Amino acid sequence: MSARDDVLGRIRQALGPERATPAEVTRDYRLTDGRPAGDPALLELLVDRVEDYRATVLRCSPAAIGATVRAALDQGLGAGWTAGDVVVAPGLAEAWRPAGCDVDDDRPAVQLADRAASVTAVAVGIAETGTLVLDGSAACGRRALSLLPDCLVCVVTADQVVGSVPEGLARLDPLRPLTMVSGPSATSDIELQRVEGVHGPRTLVVVLAG
Amino acid sequence: MTATVPPKAPTFLGLPTAPRGVGHLRGDQSFPDAARGALRDGQLRANLGHATSTIRGKRARVVAELPDWAQLREAGRALKAATMARLDDHLEELERQVTARGGVVHWARDANEANEIVTRLVLATGASEVVKVKSMATQEIGLNEALEAAGLDVFETDLAELIVQLGDDQPSHILVPAIHKNRAEIREIFARTIPGVDPGLTDDPRKLAMAARTHLRERFLRARVAVSGANFAVAETGTLTVVESEGNGRMCLTLPETLITVMGIEKVVPTWRDLEVFLQLLPRSSTGERMNPYTSTWAGVTPGDGPQEFHLVLLDNGRTAVLADEVGREALHCIRCSACLNVCPVYERAGGHSYGSVYPGPIGAILSPQLTGVEDNASLPYASSLCGACYDVCPVAIDIPSILVHLRAEHVEAQQRPTAEGVAFKALARAMSNPRLWHLAQRAGKLGRLLSRGRPTLPNALPPPVSAWTRSRDLPTPPRETFVEQWTREHRGGRS
Repeated sequence: MSARDDVLGRIRQALGPERATPAEVTRDYRLTDGRPAGDPALLELLVDRVEDYRATVLRCSPAAIGATVRAALDQGLGAGWTAGDVVVAPGLAEAWRPAGCDVDDDRPAVQLADRAASVTAVAVGIAETGTLVLDGSAACGRRALSLLPDCLVCVVTADQVVGSVPEGLARLDPLRPLTMVSGPSATSDIELQRVEGVHGPRTLVVVLAG
Repeated sequence: MTATVPPKAPTFLGLPTAPRGVGHLRGDQSFPDAARGALRDGQLRANLGHATSTIRGKRARVVAELPDWAQLREAGRALKAATMARLDDHLEELERQVTARGGVVHWARDANEANEIVTRLVLATGASEVVKVKSMATQEIGLNEALEAAGLDVFETDLAELIVQLGDDQPSHILVPAIHKNRAEIREIFARTIPGVDPGLTDDPRKLAMAARTHLRERFLRARVAVSGANFAVAETGTLTVVESEGNGRMCLTLPETLITVMGIEKVVPTWRDLEVFLQLLPRSSTGERMNPYTSTWAGVTPGDGPQEFHLVLLDNGRTAVLADEVGREALHCIRCSACLNVCPVYERAGGHSYGSVYPGPIGAILSPQLTGVEDNASLPYASSLCGACYDVCPVAIDIPSILVHLRAEHVEAQQRPTAEGVAFKALARAMSNPRLWHLAQRAGKLGRLLSRGRPTLPNALPPPVSAWTRSRDLPTPPRETFVEQWTREHRGGRS
């Protein structure tokens, strides 16, 4: 008998011929936080939660995203960075890209480790947990893009910000590769002292428009 | 799959349990023997006390933030119970969905078979080294040892797992496996084992973390094969999930050409929506964060992004034996948050190594004996004060105390010969049901006062069989007079 048939057979044996019908799962927890996406209070909450992870949030109007991305790179890399330090997601809006920077292409992913910073959009922001979700779309880029450069700049627009985890997940496609980011890479493995950046980006700067 | 079940695999309720001689579910010593050494280690107790109280406090704060925690917890419990009741159907659906998206699904009856599958898959790629995401399932089956025996180099990439691996040590906590080490000990391990490490390395946690970053960075960039576990797998979509903090998980899940994920069969959840419950319960219960820094999900293979070859190994290794026990099967609901470890007075004092298994603490005390068969871990169901704190914090409401008692009964019934404890309790029952015998026994008990020499407890160096009790518990000095004697004396004139 194959291992597959064996394991499935054991499960059926364990549950017995008259297995109980599973009870209906009651979803009486909060499915929404009650405020519409982009509500000003949700944006405030997102800022509070993201900053709690020791990340930086820069707020701006939709028209000023390009300039604010440059300010975010100043913040993450220090003044004096050059366009060659930065690589952006291929689908990032033209107006948001720093002039002259590289657009991620089909180069081997490991070459992204040479870059100091990357800029991506997000698919969803979850205010209550301070989480940004990247979904592998052209605007968010492939997963290595938000992983290898030491500074990650994410652009979030107000309409993408929802209150709760259930609202966030409902907006996502589970067939895409998703990366949920809540603050920079961090470890607490040595005497529970939090240290930012072991393997992923050590610096996260969020540009919140709206 | 042609691998065979190894001979003499122990069985439990008629189903095979995890085989002996492979993996890390059984210790060399019983819990009381192992704990005795740990209790004498003041440094260990100080580390543990600090760690568990810190995480307890953080967890309590972020759990209190959610007004619907009780409803989420009940939904988590109900989802797990419903999943187990249809586990076969969900696994078949998961297999269909993963396969449809370009993944390959393998089934493993036990640790030996899983190790064989993963070793064969790695060797087929021609790679000589493997990078690993921290995973309880691969620790449970001893995968690193199996890969190393096949001549492969295995690199644990989680900082704590790296510390444990470089220190030739065993993990002692589900979530923070190196919690028994302090910064000075970690500095010593790094200075001794990392090639080319800065000789001036200090014990500053940031410096130590950066030394690990440098050490592992080049390995990530050249890795061709990675092995991970999974926190959840969604049957309806074939989506796998890994929850982590450091980004080492993301490195392993995205950079290599081949990804092999080893997952216990109980980790499946029926629908994508179910993650809305577990992704709230898990981070808050485990690290006391609103959300962990990184959660990755993937379904099969994505062209142009991440590994182009994906294998999922579904592991039994005693889980179906646990499922067969209607009381004990709740242990399979565990989402490995480790909240029960951090509230347990026994874990806090004895430490994780005393449990002899990769699953320490209260959940380990019920999971390990069920996976191996109770007789192979017979001391663990007793490694508890039954105070119930573990039940209170469990995000999926596993009734750990009841299962502990259930397993104790299982163990007692399995005894062929009467134990000293059994004989003692039988004698006690006889004495207590007969007033004359009971008075005689009480009078005899007072002889113990001679041994105490005026102290409140009897010395712990009493001869057997009393020593079996006194080596791990205080035996109070019997009172000068019994309750009945005192009552009679005080009420003599008044009532009668």
